[in-house]
Amino acid sequence: MEEKMVNLTIDNIPVTVPAGTTVLEAARSAGIKIPSLCFLKDVNEIGACRICVVEVEGARSLMASCVYPVSEGMVVHTNTPKVRHSRQLTLELILSNHRMDCLTCSRNAQCELRQLAADLGIDAVRYANDDLMPQIEDTALHLVRDNSKCILCRRCVATCRKLQEVGVIGTNDRGFNTHIGCAFDRDLSEVDCVSCGQCIVACPTGALAEKDSTAEVLAALHDPTKHVVVGPAPSVRVTLGECFGMPVGSNVEGKMVSALRRLGFDKVFDVDTAADFTIMEEGTEFIHRLQEGGTLPLITSCSPGWIRFCEQHYPEFVPNLSSCKSPQQMFGALVKSYYAEKAGIDPKDIYVVSIMPCTAKKYEVKRPEQRMANGCMPVDASLTTRELARMITQAGMMFDHLPDGEFDPMLGMSTGAAVIFGATGGVMEAALRTVVAKLTGSEMGPLEFTDVRGTKGIKEASYELPGKTVRVCVASGLANAKIVLDGVRSGKLHYDFIEFMACPGGCVNGGGQPLHPSTVRSFTDLRGLRAKALYKQDSGMEFRKSHENPVVQEVYATYLGEPGGHKAHELLHCTYVPQKRYRTDT
Amino acid sequence: MPNCKTAVPYKGTPEQEEKLRKVIEEHKGQPGATMPVLQAAQGIFGYLPEEVQIMVAEGLDIPLSEVYGVATFYSFFSLNPKGKYQISVCLGTACYVKGSADVLSAVEQKLSVTPGGITSDGLFSLDACRCIGACGLAPVMMINDDVYGRLTPAQVGPILDKYIKMG
Repeated sequence: MEEKMVNLTIDNIPVTVPAGTTVLEAARSAGIKIPSLCFLKDVNEIGACRICVVEVEGARSLMASCVYPVSEGMVVHTNTPKVRHSRQLTLELILSNHRMDCLTCSRNAQCELRQLAADLGIDAVRYANDDLMPQIEDTALHLVRDNSKCILCRRCVATCRKLQEVGVIGTNDRGFNTHIGCAFDRDLSEVDCVSCGQCIVACPTGALAEKDSTAEVLAALHDPTKHVVVGPAPSVRVTLGECFGMPVGSNVEGKMVSALRRLGFDKVFDVDTAADFTIMEEGTEFIHRLQEGGTLPLITSCSPGWIRFCEQHYPEFVPNLSSCKSPQQMFGALVKSYYAEKAGIDPKDIYVVSIMPCTAKKYEVKRPEQRMANGCMPVDASLTTRELARMITQAGMMFDHLPDGEFDPMLGMSTGAAVIFGATGGVMEAALRTVVAKLTGSEMGPLEFTDVRGTKGIKEASYELPGKTVRVCVASGLANAKIVLDGVRSGKLHYDFIEFMACPGGCVNGGGQPLHPSTVRSFTDLRGLRAKALYKQDSGMEFRKSHENPVVQEVYATYLGEPGGHKAHELLHCTYVPQKRYRTDT
Repeated sequence: MPNCKTAVPYKGTPEQEEKLRKVIEEHKGQPGATMPVLQAAQGIFGYLPEEVQIMVAEGLDIPLSEVYGVATFYSFFSLNPKGKYQISVCLGTACYVKGSADVLSAVEQKLSVTPGGITSDGLFSLDACRCIGACGLAPVMMINDDVYGRLTPAQVGPILDKYIKMG
């Protein structure tokens, strides 16, 4: 069916757009940027903040353009004295209840509110409230909230509720007492928050930020008794450049390695290598469950946000979870066992830092079941992409001038299969590459499983393997995981293998990734562009299946034994247990 | 914060819970179910403690934060039960200009309770109300059906002691 088109004029420019388009989007197509604050496309479209108001001829009052649909013959003015005055007054009133410590704020130059004040020409705040005190809530392992900087746009609430179906934060009380918080104003550490951090990237101000761990990492780097080892996650190499003004989708692996080395890390390894181990273990586990009649569908366990969601919201699926540790945790475990032994260093003197696209990884590193037999926690500190960018900036490095470096060899070699872990469907494709080769006994099978690629929220496919049709499903964003799990639970959906990632689009769109204002997030396919860079790197790699990785082969042959064997289990696996969702104690 | 958890332990009976389950079943899946279910829940239990709100959230398959948001937005809903003695201090115009705010803080200090709250022994609940039509006696406080007029903060203590003695 042909789309119905609508003609209107915006600021005297004739515009033709499909019916149902909002005035804000129609204006964009005419090159007019209407300022907005609470608007986040497809997530928060509530017309609440009144910054995006426009004059529509014939309308009774100013209209919120982010939710106002176009109609035939409509005449819109976006830049009249009335509009400008209204926007300025609204913003001044918002600022009157915002603690303005802009110079020392964690959001600083990336604050949408600050940018808006500049864009709207606010040169004084007549109603500034200088008595506002910080309202810090920092009980969770991954996040700090300061409601004195919250402007009640509800982007975080909508993200938590609609994208993630977690809904641990809401709007409490009313009037001047209105504030964002958990039910019964419990601390975030007391509720079923999955630590995904999507609320942070949705927040326009400094009200939400990751818990910064750079100070402790810098302290370790300056401690002569510590041997400090670092490893970045697959997706970080295709997003870090954005923090330094590079286009979305730039692959900066080489510069990132150089930066890490110059920061003083003793060894710069790659979590990609650990991702190859994950495939060896998870692939073996899948084949085992398939052939021995184990619990199916097998569900991936790479995403700690998903793990927490499963434990609390879908405890009956905990037996379906792969017992594999996540690549981050396998990385730490291998560094503090295999590498420690080879290098002759006491694992207790090794300090492992991971660079992650993720805030839930900060929570994962502290989970008790991750503790190794030697008493060590595999990873000591987990930094987000944003924190690494801050360290690089503070060290005075001109990122775009950095030469391309190479990972240290012992745990620094990886395959294309590991690289694509950073995108939704990547773990599944990587696993299939190895599983198909193992089950058919041939390396001539398919290499690219394009059915499971792409940014769609739920993808499914089935593959003919010797003696068995394997049905797989890939979902990202916990709202999509919920749809799939409800289908499996009710018996409507049948799968053998499922990949879940907590964040929509997978790790490339994780809660620890570079921030962009709503004007960019709403109209740029961040997930698609970042994922494309990963698939491009994969296609150019010498080895593209995890079991072909020479490091993997060497470690199994000389240290771990068989995939899924005793030693591999001790180091690379763990047990997840159902957890209570609510608590009612005081 | 006055709207947080109540100070008295939850004492819902299986009969009450069964009643609530039936109401939830009737409204489940309907748009806008939260309000009527919460209204019914308050009718059954007299207030909306955390335990009841969790039952509503799980029953309707919506986040607890959403239930709590609704419960704290509308002044009709109460997170605290009423005490054996319900205190209302009038903050209407006449009482207010005659100093009822000081009377209210005297009650708050004496009982360690804020408006909308209840003492942990369940004896007193406190509300700030608007005009009760006894402006001639301003400032006015009611305890259940007893009216106390022309109050000074100093009189509050002895009055409350009387009720504490009765237990």
